[in-house]
Amino acid sequence: MTGYHLAQLNLARLRAPLESPELADFVALLPEINELAERSPGYIWRLQDESGDATALRPFEADVIVNLTVWESVESLHGFTYRSGHLEPMRRRRDWFAPFGGPHQVLWWIPAGTIPTVAEAGDRLALLARRGSSPEAFTFREPHPAPDPAVAAPAGA
Amino acid sequence: MSFEAFGSLREPVRRAVYEHVAASPQPVSRNAVVEALGIGRTLAAFHLDKLVDSGLLETAYAPRAGGPGAGRPAKLYRRSAAEYTLALPPRDYRLLADVLSAAVQQAGAEPAAYAAAREQGERLAGGEVVERLTALGYEPAEDTDGTVRLRNCPFHAMAQAYPPLVCGLNLALLEGLVGDGGHVARLDPGPTGCCVTIACKNNIH
Repeated sequence: MTGYHLAQLNLARLRAPLESPELADFVALLPEINELAERSPGYIWRLQDESGDATALRPFEADVIVNLTVWESVESLHGFTYRSGHLEPMRRRRDWFAPFGGPHQVLWWIPAGTIPTVAEAGDRLALLARRGSSPEAFTFREPHPAPDPAVAAPAGA
Repeated sequence: MSFEAFGSLREPVRRAVYEHVAASPQPVSRNAVVEALGIGRTLAAFHLDKLVDSGLLETAYAPRAGGPGAGRPAKLYRRSAAEYTLALPPRDYRLLADVLSAAVQQAGAEPAAYAAAREQGERLAGGEVVERLTALGYEPAEDTDGTVRLRNCPFHAMAQAYPPLVCGLNLALLEGLVGDGGHVARLDPGPTGCCVTIACKNNIH
């Protein structure tokens, strides 16, 4: 293995409060989708509070929910995101979320066995928005491979 | 590259070899081609090699049963994943599709795109569903339980670039196509192929 895992952050801007009728289907699907993620190949970790998901957390804006996860590889995350029961809520996302106006998802490599913080995730998204896809912050469309473990990581990376 | 690929299919036997391999969901051996088309082994090998050279087919190797000493792995052939398009005069609908998809995504207009796709699907309907799906390039194949799986995604490159939009659009298109008859289209992505399956209404539990 490469010694690295893939961290992922995506943000979604709610069209209406989570408790509203418009969001009811999304809220109803959450437990099933979270469970699907957990049993998908390559799944490692997801951010959640005591309620079992992360929708109560609003670290960025009041109407923006976060999804922060760790997977073994880009391929396994891609497989879950687009080639599983997760595709259906993705198809319907406009029912629940407004367009973000800027990148809403970022991927980056972390040393295997570590967990990303929300703050770091926010920094990576900002880096993506500023510089476009790079080895430190990238997208499904322009992925970058995990760093070569044989090469010493630069200090502070 | 495209000219070579298409030119390579001019010869009728070569075309038949290509179509036989392309139609098979699993990679096929030279011997399977020989049996299916009733041609000699040397001729089959000749055409298969030409098709691989022109990029239309690629080789795959099947593991041989048995341990060391069981012999060389079987050489198999399958349709190449490369796309070939030839447009005379030059046309670039892919570029247009990219721009329009980006615009739809940016504007959050997916529901409008799905509605347009459903209408288009209704216009494309008529006659037997599996025949329509074949004509549209989906390569339908019926499963043992009667579910129709679609081996080919006609929008493949766009589905890679804009998965939720294009898969949602495709679902709506097929919903329009199958209409209210005996079939239902639904999202059920597998590791490869189109993300939509068509089920027979009586078979749905």
